[in-house]
Amino acid sequence: MTKLVPVLSAHWDEKDSFTLEAYKRHGGYKASEKALAMDPDAVIQLVKDSGLRGRGGAGFPTGMKWGFIPQGDNKDHYLVVNADESEPGTCKDTPLLMANPHVLIEGCIIACHAIRAKHAFIYIRGEVTHVVRRVNQAIADAYAAGILGNGVDVVLHIGAGAYICGEETALLDSLEGFRGQPRLRPPFPAIAGLYARPTVVNNVESIASVPAIVLNGAEWYQSMGTEKSKGTTLYSLSGHVTNPGQFEAPLGITLREILELSGGVRKGHKLKFWTPGGSSTPLFTDQHLDIPLDYEGVAAAGSMLGTKALQIFDETTCVVRAVLRWTEFYKHESCGKCTPCREGTWWLVQILRDLEAGKGTEADLAKLLDLCDNIMGRSFCALGDGATSPITSSIKYFRDEYIAHLTNGGCPFDPVASTLFVGAGA
Amino acid sequence: MAFSPEDLKIMESIIKRYPRPRSAIMPLLHFVQSKAGYVTNEGIELIAAQLDLEAAEVTAVSTFYTQYKPSAIGEYHVGVCTNTLCAVMGGDAIFASLKDHLGIENDGVTEDGKVSLEHIECNAACDYAPVVMANWEFYDNQTVESAKELVDSMRAGNPKPPTRGPNKLVTWKEASAVLAGLNDGLANEGVQAGQPTLLGLKLSKEGK
Ligand SMILES: Cc1cc2nc3c(=O)[nH]c(=O)nc-3n(C[C@H](O)[C@H](O)[C@H](O)COP(=O)(O)O)c2cc1C
Ligand code: SF4
Ligand code: FES
Repeated sequence: MTKLVPVLSAHWDEKDSFTLEAYKRHGGYKASEKALAMDPDAVIQLVKDSGLRGRGGAGFPTGMKWGFIPQGDNKDHYLVVNADESEPGTCKDTPLLMANPHVLIEGCIIACHAIRAKHAFIYIRGEVTHVVRRVNQAIADAYAAGILGNGVDVVLHIGAGAYICGEETALLDSLEGFRGQPRLRPPFPAIAGLYARPTVVNNVESIASVPAIVLNGAEWYQSMGTEKSKGTTLYSLSGHVTNPGQFEAPLGITLREILELSGGVRKGHKLKFWTPGGSSTPLFTDQHLDIPLDYEGVAAAGSMLGTKALQIFDETTCVVRAVLRWTEFYKHESCGKCTPCREGTWWLVQILRDLEAGKGTEADLAKLLDLCDNIMGRSFCALGDGATSPITSSIKYFRDEYIAHLTNGGCPFDPVASTLFVGAGA
Repeated sequence: MAFSPEDLKIMESIIKRYPRPRSAIMPLLHFVQSKAGYVTNEGIELIAAQLDLEAAEVTAVSTFYTQYKPSAIGEYHVGVCTNTLCAVMGGDAIFASLKDHLGIENDGVTEDGKVSLEHIECNAACDYAPVVMANWEFYDNQTVESAKELVDSMRAGNPKPPTRGPNKLVTWKEASAVLAGLNDGLANEGVQAGQPTLLGLKLSKEGK
């Protein structure tokens, strides 16, 4: 049986895949035609029945989110697509938009119809010039073809380098022209989102999955995946593997299967630790190769499916170095709004730096865990929680390695051994 | 530098994209960078006047985001990803050798004004690690040597093209205009995807 099922990625290998012409060649904009002829509530029901869950990290059911938008309230409604993609390891929306921006635009038209919105905004991170070009051109071509502008307008908004703007309420503040800092919830965006109007915020992959669902039906989508995690999704494999890349498969595939398909961990090395869904999801080890990569399976094993960003590290990698670097990232990206995260991430970095340099003591490990305890669940948004994941999970699985830094008086690893160009004379 | 009447018209058209003018702050800041190279006081004042805000309000937004630069940077701004995955796989070594090779530190600019250097966070291209960005275009699968050659080509005035991007690397100001949402007509240039992006699709066609 084939394990890989390209739906979103089905035509990416055609040179002109990003053009309107190529998209139409494969039935593009047939789904929006079909959806626009349906009652909006029927579209919401279809997406609910499909079982599609948000691909931005939390896995919230997409149809249910759309259903929260109040109807007949005579207010403007908005759709906001989250294309900020900045969670370390996450690299699926960016290639999707580069290869096929039209599928997102078609998804926007369908979603706007369902939630009775006339305006969609695509908030894309600012550090991807060529992707911005592709999306902008696709929007222009869709207007020129009369696909946009007849009931739905799509505006591309370009960010400027702030990970926190991926958090949906910070994103809305940023889109309104403020510093991107998270908002207190409730009210949730469905009630008071962009410009205090009912707003749906969805990830790129979530919205891009909708046209195929409309065309092929909820049952088709339901037939793929596992009991509560339906459909196909993009798994992004990176790091110390023979062949990194994007793998679209039904939810529930395992890392072992993906590695077998793609050529495994790089030659002569073995798996040490990995993230199932970006750096904010607790680390896994070689014990977790057979965990089904769906929302329930990964959660039951103590982590989160997140963005399905499978970052693979082999035995040459120092886990303390890896965790310190991620922690420096969270400290840098903390928006500063709340004390546990702003101060906590600063202290985490100080302690980890000492530990890496072999200057700490074993008591520092307890201090790290204590700090994490004070950040987890006490921060204003999920950035703070995420910052603790690599630390607590690495201490759980690799306590000895932290201690080895202390007994060794510094890092016992050779950083050259973990590079790709080791032995290449570089 | 003064902004021309033409520039002001473009700024007005940017504001018109949004239901509420204030939302245009970010593209307007990118636009200012496309003209001045960085966020100048003049640019801040102009945005404030156009949006009917205090200059301090615009500054507060500008300083929140790392892509808005407070002073002049290079014609080619090079970012080396040193987030964990790229760092481990060679990003740290690339960054260290570029600093050495160019004789500048993080956030530094070469004397000829051609190249500036910054270590950056994950740029959503981890399957192409180690990743280097220039004017926010992708230079995938870099080595110490290839990164040095890249900056040398910039200083020689003939930068190597991005691996996934247009046929020619545009300047920092030109890229900033794209980030202001202006169309430079280059969207159709370059590959639709690199090999890693296509790997799963290829394997599935082989029956896997
Ligand atoms: C710090 C932080 C960063 C986030 N970054 C992103 C992002 O880049 N893209 C994204 O879709 N969701 C991101 N999210 C999740 C969003 O808040 C939100 O849950 C998501 O966009 C909802 O879309 P979905 O229901 O389609 O998954 C982030 C969350 C946090 C806390
Ligand atoms: S948890 Fe961190 S990022 Fe989130 S609001 Fe608090 S300070 Fe800002
Ligand atoms: S870690 Fe460098 S691009 Fe993701």
